[in-house]
Amino acid sequence: MDVARRSRPNYAAFLVHRISGLLLALFLPAHFWALSRAIQGAGALDGFLRWTDSPVVKLAETGLVVLLAAHFTGGLRLLVIEFLPWHPWQKTAVAVSAGVSLACGLLFLLNVTA
Amino acid sequence: MSANALPRRAETLLWVAQRASAAMLAAFVLVHLATIIYAVRGGLTAPTILGRTHGNLAWLLFYGLFVAAVAVHVPIGLRVIAREWLGWRGRSLDIVALVSALYVVVAGWRAIWGLYA
Amino acid sequence: MERRPLRVQVWRGGADGALQRFEVPRRESQTVLDVVTWIQRHADPTLSYRFSCRVGMCGSCAMMVNGQPRWTCRTHVARLGGAELTIEPLRNLPIIKDLATDMAPFFDKWAEARGRFVPPPAPRMPTENGFARVEPAGRERRAADAGIECIGCGVCYAACDTVTWNPDYLGPAALNRAWTLVNDGRDGGGAERLAAVAGQGGCLACHTHQSCQELCPKALSPTASIAGLKRAVTLAALRGEV
Repeated sequence: MDVARRSRPNYAAFLVHRISGLLLALFLPAHFWALSRAIQGAGALDGFLRWTDSPVVKLAETGLVVLLAAHFTGGLRLLVIEFLPWHPWQKTAVAVSAGVSLACGLLFLLNVTA
Repeated sequence: MSANALPRRAETLLWVAQRASAAMLAAFVLVHLATIIYAVRGGLTAPTILGRTHGNLAWLLFYGLFVAAVAVHVPIGLRVIAREWLGWRGRSLDIVALVSALYVVVAGWRAIWGLYA
Repeated sequence: MERRPLRVQVWRGGADGALQRFEVPRRESQTVLDVVTWIQRHADPTLSYRFSCRVGMCGSCAMMVNGQPRWTCRTHVARLGGAELTIEPLRNLPIIKDLATDMAPFFDKWAEARGRFVPPPAPRMPTENGFARVEPAGRERRAADAGIECIGCGVCYAACDTVTWNPDYLGPAALNRAWTLVNDGRDGGGAERLAAVAGQGGCLACHTHQSCQELCPKALSPTASIAGLKRAVTLAALRGEV
């Protein structure tokens, strides 16, 4: 496969946006299933929540928060590019998006382990 | 234009719908993220969650709309990925996309109802 | 200066061809076009390639150089990294032979995007002695001017992954040209052109990788033009014109 050079920040932004969206879409059924434990009563939901107490799951949850934040900030960047008048600072927007996503993830990790 | 695509107008409106749902989701996700980050303090238990969602009409309406927006946004996005990276085109893809939209609505609203009722 | 010969791999044949190795003497200020020319004159006269002006004006010599689409007459060997130089025909286009591609699909898509001026049935702008008065500093004219220097070299088309993934995608150059015409106050193409660039293969397929903008030898920004088209198409669709 040819490896044509790509505007690295913008191409990376595209890949992150697409892959985070894909992973979130795959996670969605699991999310709905987990929430639906409540239909079987508080006990069922609690049982599930206790399972999520393990560090591995907490780490995975943090990952999901980062994915959601990344997809969200990347999407905002796209909406700005596509619907507001053009500006050359797109690359900065990519960096800002990345920063905000990671910050969200860290904030979650902090709170969930507190 | 390819014979495997929907008519031009339909394809364009799908794209617009995805951007429109994205704009709505931007607001919803902001609230959702902030809520999660706040709510996980001190640990999550069924009583703490259900205490907030049970009988909370505002909560129900918010997440009801959230699920509807997701049901529009996700299948359209997945359809583009399937076309570009799997080379999957035509009627079968459109049907799968529609079915996944219906699944999101049904599974999502069912889950929300379970937490409200 | 380095006296060891340059090691070069050149694509030979059609789509089912292969890379062939050559050793080319290094020269001062040598460009990739110089390398290809040396091979054809001294090593293998059956090598097929295109060029014209040799001075970075016509865009005919565009090829893939170490995986990037570039004008070979403007690519200095000394500035390229790597132990070997790999020269291949432009990506995303059918190969005729060796380094020459069939540009027809590129220009067919240009036509599909209605990338040509359409005279209106009646003048759309105030005229003076039959000439339309166009404000040079106006927003629309500046938007058109930002994109009209395109010479159709195909570098952006070869650089674009969306072109590779989506056979219907009209591509950056065709869409950039359509945008310049959308902004041309004299043009009568109007709603028909917007309809042409809507839909599955149109401007909406662009994912803003911006490879086109990064690599355009004339420093144009098809991504900016396509963003403008997206806005115009959205409005047209909501008004029922698509």
